Amino acid sequence: MPIDIDIAHVARLARLDLAEQELETLRSQLSAILEHAAKVQSLDTEGVEPSNHPLGFVNAFRADVVTGSLDRDEVLKMAPASRDGYFVTPPAMTQD
Amino acid sequence: MALADLTITDAAAGLRSGAHTSVDLTEAVLERASMTEAEIHAYLTIDREAALEAASGADQELASGHDRGTLHGIPIALKDNMCQRGVETTAASQILAGYRPPYDATVVTRLRNAGSVLIGKANLDEFAMGSSTENSAYGPTRNPWDTGRVPGGSSGGSAAAVAAGSALGALGSDTGGSIRQPGSLCGVVGMKPTYGTVSRYGLIAFASSLDQIGPITRTVDDAVALLQGITGHDPLDATSWAGEYPELASELDAGVAGKRIGVVTEFGGEGYEPAVTAALTSTLDQLSDAGADIVEVSLPTVELALSAYYLIAPAECSANLARFDGIRYGLRLEGETTEEMMARTRAQGFGPEVIRRILLGTYALSAGYYDAFYGQAHKARTVLRNEFAAAYEQVDVLMSPTSPTVAFPFDAKSDPLSMYLSDVCTIPSNLSGDPAISVPVGLDDQGLPLGVQVMAPAMGEPVMFAVAKEIERLAGFDARPRMVQELA
Repeated sequence: MPIDIDIAHVARLARLDLAEQELETLRSQLSAILEHAAKVQSLDTEGVEPSNHPLGFVNAFRADVVTGSLDRDEVLKMAPASRDGYFVTPPAMTQD
Repeated sequence: MALADLTITDAAAGLRSGAHTSVDLTEAVLERASMTEAEIHAYLTIDREAALEAASGADQELASGHDRGTLHGIPIALKDNMCQRGVETTAASQILAGYRPPYDATVVTRLRNAGSVLIGKANLDEFAMGSSTENSAYGPTRNPWDTGRVPGGSSGGSAAAVAAGSALGALGSDTGGSIRQPGSLCGVVGMKPTYGTVSRYGLIAFASSLDQIGPITRTVDDAVALLQGITGHDPLDATSWAGEYPELASELDAGVAGKRIGVVTEFGGEGYEPAVTAALTSTLDQLSDAGADIVEVSLPTVELALSAYYLIAPAECSANLARFDGIRYGLRLEGETTEEMMARTRAQGFGPEVIRRILLGTYALSAGYYDAFYGQAHKARTVLRNEFAAAYEQVDVLMSPTSPTVAFPFDAKSDPLSMYLSDVCTIPSNLSGDPAISVPVGLDDQGLPLGVQVMAPAMGEPVMFAVAKEIERLAGFDARPRMVQELA
């Protein structure tokens, strides 16, 4: 059964600014892939727990001690824009 | 034999007998790369000066009696999704063009501590998403056995480098078969360790519950040596195994007499090339003659493994790749708002397959669909693991082809679903978290390599390596690509 996808909504959620035509191609490709993937729904999983860590690990803790970290200036060198030790971004919102 | 074509084991012996130095080995490998790269394009970056300096350092240490073990002075390639401090690391994506990590991945630290010489960064499908290396933003790698064909993927550059002699061994990463399938298509050994036994710290994440780093080498012995150099608990990776680790080589020469080997009946039939099926059959006959007990095993849920994988892997990738937002590193396109900047940057910086998987994963995780898709896929994973566990009560290892086909021509699988089917035999071991290895056993009538896969239960590396080594011995596979024979 073909799966109907609101592709523009999904692209917005994924923060991908795609052209109409690309979205249309992706919508039909994703629909075909999901139709295949949806076969997992045929499996009886009544009472089955989902797997998380393949070996059954739950949590990993370490001692709460201060250790060294990466050099701030070296890290910021890789940023597209930085100032005074901070990353710089465009405004989160604009006035309309 | 040319130095660039030595096994790690033989190269290590020669370093100690005085037959050659690490500088000799490194120069030989760099020289080979200079002759093959224009055609093969196994590497995105070759770090010539640093490699020769490291080799010279290894020679000095060895001469002064400071011996770090088998990997000391051995030239190794890294898949370009592993961070190496100061060396451009792109995961074959435009979004990371020019990125130089401020730190080393744990596997890099371990290889440095083992004295290895890091030659360069090998090509891959962008963010390790693909089965042919055609998805690299920097152009595909070509198969040394036939440059009109793909090397497999996503670790295609690593496998091609080992096949071509531009590295003695390489690290790859395997999320759904990305070490084993290119190993099979390039006629080399490719091994995915038990999940959690090699640190993922500094591996650019694709699907965190499936990703695992492992060795690509010319022999099973070399795979053991390279894995020994990188395995072990790492507090920097919260999923790293903190318990006991098996002694990898403890059963290596035990042979297969008395061992029970299960053949997975679901991996065959339609879609499998006759030469692939024949290679598995003749390998099983040889193992039977060598004293193994061959039995058929059915794992019905592997039929759904591909479906589950194409929900779990994209879902995890959509979360992991959210970090590429134009703020902390990599590409940025301008925008009026942060959101506009991010959306433009990501649409421009990611290639078509990565975008497809991010959207697929975003959909599978979005409100209203989570239980039906992602949740159900993880339950299927539990069912599959239980089936594997039941099988391993009856047999020591399971076997199948590694890939349903030999290396295929470029552009042969432009439909995403047909490409996904390349990994049908390898994906189940990623879902179960168990170790698996591809061993080359011969060539088809076009001269293309054929591989078989050995799967074992979690921490079952010793028995897996034992069976793999016996397969290697019985097959006596020692063919090399024609281009390598002509150069050597």
